[in-house]
Amino acid sequence: MKDKIQDIQETIVKSSVWKSVFRHGYADTPRNRILMVASNVFLHLHPSKLRRHGLTLRYTWCAGGLTFFFFLVTVVTGVLLMFYYRPVAEYAYNDMKYLQFDIPFGMVTRNMHRWAAHAMVIMVMLHMFRVFMTGSYKPPREFNWVVGVLLLTLTLLLSFTGYLLPWDQLSIWAVTVGTNMARATPMLGAEGPLAEQVAALTGVATPRYDARSLLTAGTVVGAPTLLRFYVLHCIFIPIVAALLMIVHFWRVRKDGGISGPM
Amino acid sequence: MADIKDASEIPEVIDPKTDKVHTWPHLVRIEFICGLLAFMGLLVWSLVLDAPLEEPADPTKTPNPSKAPWYFLGLQEILVYFDPWMAGVVLPSLIIVGLMVIPYIDVNPKGNGYYTWKERKFAVANFCFGFLILWVALIIVGVFLRGPGWNFFAPWQEWDSHKVVALTNIDLNILLADWTGLDALRNPVVAAVFGMGLVGAYYAIIPIYWKLKSKKSKILQELGPVRYGITAFLFLTMMALPIKMILRWTLNIKYIVQLPWINLNI
Ligand code: HEM
Repeated sequence: MKDKIQDIQETIVKSSVWKSVFRHGYADTPRNRILMVASNVFLHLHPSKLRRHGLTLRYTWCAGGLTFFFFLVTVVTGVLLMFYYRPVAEYAYNDMKYLQFDIPFGMVTRNMHRWAAHAMVIMVMLHMFRVFMTGSYKPPREFNWVVGVLLLTLTLLLSFTGYLLPWDQLSIWAVTVGTNMARATPMLGAEGPLAEQVAALTGVATPRYDARSLLTAGTVVGAPTLLRFYVLHCIFIPIVAALLMIVHFWRVRKDGGISGPM
Repeated sequence: MADIKDASEIPEVIDPKTDKVHTWPHLVRIEFICGLLAFMGLLVWSLVLDAPLEEPADPTKTPNPSKAPWYFLGLQEILVYFDPWMAGVVLPSLIIVGLMVIPYIDVNPKGNGYYTWKERKFAVANFCFGFLILWVALIIVGVFLRGPGWNFFAPWQEWDSHKVVALTNIDLNILLADWTGLDALRNPVVAAVFGMGLVGAYYAIIPIYWKLKSKKSKILQELGPVRYGITAFLFLTMMALPIKMILRWTLNIKYIVQLPWINLNI
């Protein structure tokens, strides 16, 4: 019996199909440990070896990794939510209700999306705090810190654009408060410093065409805003953020792995 | 020591630079466990607590207070002390740019890759002040302590939407005119020049301090004038917030500078 199983195993593992997928054996050898990382496109963002120091949770708090983890959770749950949600003012709110009450696991999917987004914001703040406290932005990691700041900004924007989508009172008023700020942009916002002068000269920086209407696609937070935020939230910002994350991880590796005592 | 019989038993001195381990399994294992725990935590959180869904959006019914999402409440809190062009646009932009230039203005080579307070006191103190006080603490104030009319409510107080707080805020030039009897300060042009002069004097600290100290201070020489200028500008701009807060709490100052012609007040 045991021999039979081993035979079958042998046949599978030696088959050309298996070998085309898995390039190396699983025996625990140093060579395989390295190949495990080097021949896997996802794991390959890691170096194949790292300083033992880089493993200590007291050092990294795993905060960067968890930021990425929560990002992945929002991507997966977000795609599920997109199946049931229409970014149209007449439907959006009802779609949320429908999702919560009629779709199996709809409520918990929405909760996971929402709380993972909050967790991502918290973790990215902690991660930045950790990186500062360990001085990890110092040479040669200066540029990765800059990429990180961009990621922080995108994380906040990602959360903020998503906030509007349920189209309830909480959404539109939070977004109204937020986007009202843009109205005060110097020279570019209708109520900002120098706006009158700019408007007189150029015809922009009026309530209809200013920094705020660029965000809200109109003079108020309305149906066009919903569509604009939806596209930003589901397509534009996630793609840019994902690209920057790839750069970020790659640079961690290329800058010599996790920082540590020299 | 007496037990050591041959060289192989002498413990090796471990150099953290060359002491390496394989990513698979050592790192991947930790990542996997962290991810699993985080997922379990998130799942429990999502089963216990539902995401909010209020009444349908209604542009005619403004809730009081209207709060931004929690991570922006620090900025919303700044609105109490500065006009929106500062609180909502200029300061956030400077925060982002200021964060990005940190690696280029901090030339202290020490404290790279380990936690230390002693070797980089100025950097750590500043960052902690900005992060923990001006960001995290203001968020906590915004989330828990602000109610209708953006008035201050202790957690045990009921939110009374009819609470009226007397607006006794006064512009700096008027306050000074009252104090000194110099009525010229009430003139908007004089007041504008005076206010801009004050702000100018505040930032003039930068070159003056450089002139006074750069010859003797090794730190300033290492920084050089450009890095020093950027660092000092960002530092003074950050400190403008607590300064304005204290002026508001103690003297009820509203504006320091007023340029009504271009709608710019500080
Ligand atoms: C979406 C946001 C972000 C993700 C997913 C992310 C992810 C990561 C990960 C997984 C690491 C490896 C080490 C660790 O886990 O601590 C890392 C390192 C690093 N991150 Fe981030 N990060 C993000 C945002 C930021 C921000 C906001 C900053 C700083 C402003 C930053 C600066 C850095 C630096 C300098 C390193 C190298 C640290 C070292 O070598 O010790 N990252 N990041």
